[in-house]
Amino acid sequence: MSFLSLAIWLPILAGVVLLALGRDDNARAVRWFALVAAIAAFLVTIPLITGFDTTSAALQFQTSLPWIERFHANYHLGVDGISVWFVLLTAFITVIVVISAWEVITERVNQYFGAFLILSGLMIGVFAAVDGLLFYTFFEATLIPMYIIIGIWGGPNRIYASFKFFLYTLLGSLLMLVAIVYLYIQSNASFEILAWHKLALSMPAQTALFFAFLAAFAVKVPMWPVHTWLPDVHVEAPTGGSAVLAAIMLKLGAYGFMRFSLPIAPDASHHWAWLIITMSLIAVVYIGLVAMVQTDMKKLVAYSSIAHMGFCTLGFFIFNSLGMQGAIIQMISHGFVSAAMFLGIGVLYDRVHSREISAYGGVANTMPMFAAFAVLFAMANCGLPGTAGFVGEWMVILATTGFNFWVAALAATALIFGAAYTLWMVKRVYFGPVTKGSVSRLQDINPREFLMLALLAVAVLAMGLYPKPFTDVMQVSVDALLKHVAQSKLI
Amino acid sequence: MIQLTSLPIVYPEIFLLLMTSVVALVGVNASDARLKFTFGLAQASLAVLAYLHFNELQLARTVYGMSRMVVIDPLGHLLALAATLATMVTLGFARPYLKSRDLLKGEFLTLAMFSLLGISVMVSANNFLVVYVGLELMSLSLYALTALRRDHAVSTEAAMKYFILGALASGFLLYGLSMMYGATGTLDIPNVLEALHKGTQNPQVLTFGLVFIVAGLGFKLGLAPFHMWVPDVYQGAPTAVTLLISGAPKLAAFGITFRILVEGLSGQAKDWEEMLIVLSVTSMALGNLAAIAQSNLKRLLAYSAIAQLGFMLLGFTPTVIAISSETAANGYSSALFYIITYVLTTLGTFGLIMVLSRHGFESEEISDLAGLAKRSPWIATVMAAFMFSLAGIPPLVGFYAKFAVLQALLATGNPLYTDLAIVAVLLSLIGAYYYLRIVKTMFFDEPVDKTPIHGETGATVLLALNGLAAIGFGLLPDGLMSVCRDAVYKALNS
Repeated sequence: MSFLSLAIWLPILAGVVLLALGRDDNARAVRWFALVAAIAAFLVTIPLITGFDTTSAALQFQTSLPWIERFHANYHLGVDGISVWFVLLTAFITVIVVISAWEVITERVNQYFGAFLILSGLMIGVFAAVDGLLFYTFFEATLIPMYIIIGIWGGPNRIYASFKFFLYTLLGSLLMLVAIVYLYIQSNASFEILAWHKLALSMPAQTALFFAFLAAFAVKVPMWPVHTWLPDVHVEAPTGGSAVLAAIMLKLGAYGFMRFSLPIAPDASHHWAWLIITMSLIAVVYIGLVAMVQTDMKKLVAYSSIAHMGFCTLGFFIFNSLGMQGAIIQMISHGFVSAAMFLGIGVLYDRVHSREISAYGGVANTMPMFAAFAVLFAMANCGLPGTAGFVGEWMVILATTGFNFWVAALAATALIFGAAYTLWMVKRVYFGPVTKGSVSRLQDINPREFLMLALLAVAVLAMGLYPKPFTDVMQVSVDALLKHVAQSKLI
Repeated sequence: MIQLTSLPIVYPEIFLLLMTSVVALVGVNASDARLKFTFGLAQASLAVLAYLHFNELQLARTVYGMSRMVVIDPLGHLLALAATLATMVTLGFARPYLKSRDLLKGEFLTLAMFSLLGISVMVSANNFLVVYVGLELMSLSLYALTALRRDHAVSTEAAMKYFILGALASGFLLYGLSMMYGATGTLDIPNVLEALHKGTQNPQVLTFGLVFIVAGLGFKLGLAPFHMWVPDVYQGAPTAVTLLISGAPKLAAFGITFRILVEGLSGQAKDWEEMLIVLSVTSMALGNLAAIAQSNLKRLLAYSAIAQLGFMLLGFTPTVIAISSETAANGYSSALFYIITYVLTTLGTFGLIMVLSRHGFESEEISDLAGLAKRSPWIATVMAAFMFSLAGIPPLVGFYAKFAVLQALLATGNPLYTDLAIVAVLLSLIGAYYYLRIVKTMFFDEPVDKTPIHGETGATVLLALNGLAAIGFGLLPDGLMSVCRDAVYKALNS
């Protein structure tokens, strides 16, 4: 069994075992089992990066087995320099999420950990699948565990949020399903995504495909104006759910642009690039302003996620190597930073049971160690040089300047707005005198929370100080993708 | 004149008839012990029957028998095999349910087996009259079964409704078939096809007859606007009988739709496929929208059945437009896969209602499922698998069924069918809402009654197997899909 298959099926099998055997009265064993499984699943992804051939844009670590012969669909996995990072990111975040839930979740413990492990395997499957039907299967299947996670362990309005999440994303994906079936028929019964990349298509066909994929991916990213589900869902989701949602599930959409929209419909992508760029700029500027007025910390970070993801879509559609690499770096760094932000809010929520900014103030006095981490992550969120948040945004802005000065100028305002809403929140939550009784009784983070935040802090700093390994691995794949997109596929 | 030499060709049906008669005799006024034996006997004969059909399916031969009244082909055996298994599963779920209500009598077994015999006859019919005889044998058994709880007002009402509307539908079908007979002078399905091919008939008579046939089939499949009986019968009949009605007979309805419309009247496909498109879209819209408003689980599943069968029917529609017969066969085999997997899921959902029901308590309101995940995580997980399957979420089997039908529509390359595919997926999005609502009730709501559930062991195991099948056929759908495709190809090319 290849490492990729292991990375997918190990967490899924572990999750199924937990669902089958775990009970609340053996919660301790369940937690340890989940942690060991998550770490093992992360370890099997390491060889993917150490054994990666950075000189080749071809798919590596491929596995191909016949799956549904009736439709020529294969169990075909493989990673290139772009997707390999997300496989690692997913496995890493899963370890963090398992640690974060350790003693917080006391009810239906096995189901919680089981759902996260299964979700992790499914998301890795999305990044690793190079067969269209297999991709769709994994892409859609992720909805089931996430729906359950939000619905069972979410906040008071969780039912509404879980339905909104499920139906909103399902609507987008169903249109993508029609597009996938259309491509299958056009390519003479093939589900190979690489064959679709080579398929010549007329402009109307490309446009239809482009918008069908846009429906699925824009909802998932989410892009303005179909972003409204995200804040609602984040507010209600449990901490781990929010972290996985922001860190990885949003990336599924952005990744879809690179795997489907751009290479399959390059002419339509060029033609409609202005639309995506406009939507991205609105996300960056308008959503940045919306974030500023939020009173709920989770909502604020949720809006900030939308704004950050706007950078990714912007970077894709200026068709420039620096921009695309910046966008991918931004996706990875946002994975670390947003997970850290949500986990930080979770740390506070577990103690005070409020997400309102006004319920806090002066947390740095009672939780100095935690505040240090929180400020670091906040700095990364506003894109301070030296942190992971800076690299991607800077690359995208630089690339955009070459594309159009005014677009770049608008995009750069994000740095200001990002700093404004993040730092203002930090000021109100962490600094100033302690006025609330609940804050004065706060205990600083325990070793478990320290470990989880420290792991993320190391990732954020390492990526910010030395991003070269990331760009080295993806360079060849990004260039190949851009070269492919530059060629017209019109018939 | 029936040649006796060709009788052995229908040996599975003869075996079933014999065993049904034995079960009927043994089961009369049976004591508890003898009833247990009768039940075992019935299940054993069904198992043997399933083996016979399976064996024939492996042989994959096409033989006409009894003066070409019946055809022995893989399609017939596949449907009969699925129907036999469905009946076995139904009986398995039904036993504890009926026993606790004092309804488990010899009649139930006999009638269930007779309805299966009717189904077997229908799916291997090669003659309009044989279709009708099989249909009536099945329907009359089911009418009687619906009235099994004879001192129960709702049940009796459902039986009356089922009987009257069912008889009306049979009448429609018979009337349409007689028109075809009048126009072509033959009842043999291949001969009808041949006669229509010459095109010398009065087109008005043909269209007129066709309308009645499609209406009759629409009734039997429970498609809107001929769906009125479905919710009432599903809700009113004892759940064991609901399962019997909602399972195997759907396979039979598929079988006769295929035999009559595709094998007999494909010359008229231009007309009937338009009618089917209308029926299908109406059913999906009405079924999905009406299901949202239901609070009774059986009623909700009835509306869901209307919508699901509407989706299945889409597989029949790309007949004329298809560039080659291969494209059309692609559609039919998708529909066949759809109906088989749908029946599989339905068995599980109604089976679950029976497992949850206790003596004197029918667990048929959606609210009865509240907090099921806390009372019995296993049963809740299995039910959730069925719901996600019906909603068409991968990796469950329902998704691959929907996918197969969608690809058959898009393979035509015709913009009308592309639109149809988009309408179908959008309507199934509405459907996802009420399936999710059931999952929500089971997983997110607090249980009213916190006692753990102790279902009867046999039925619980059956439910688990059923759930595993829904997941297994989802992860690896290829085997069943290929069997469906081969069966349809064989039936078309003989």
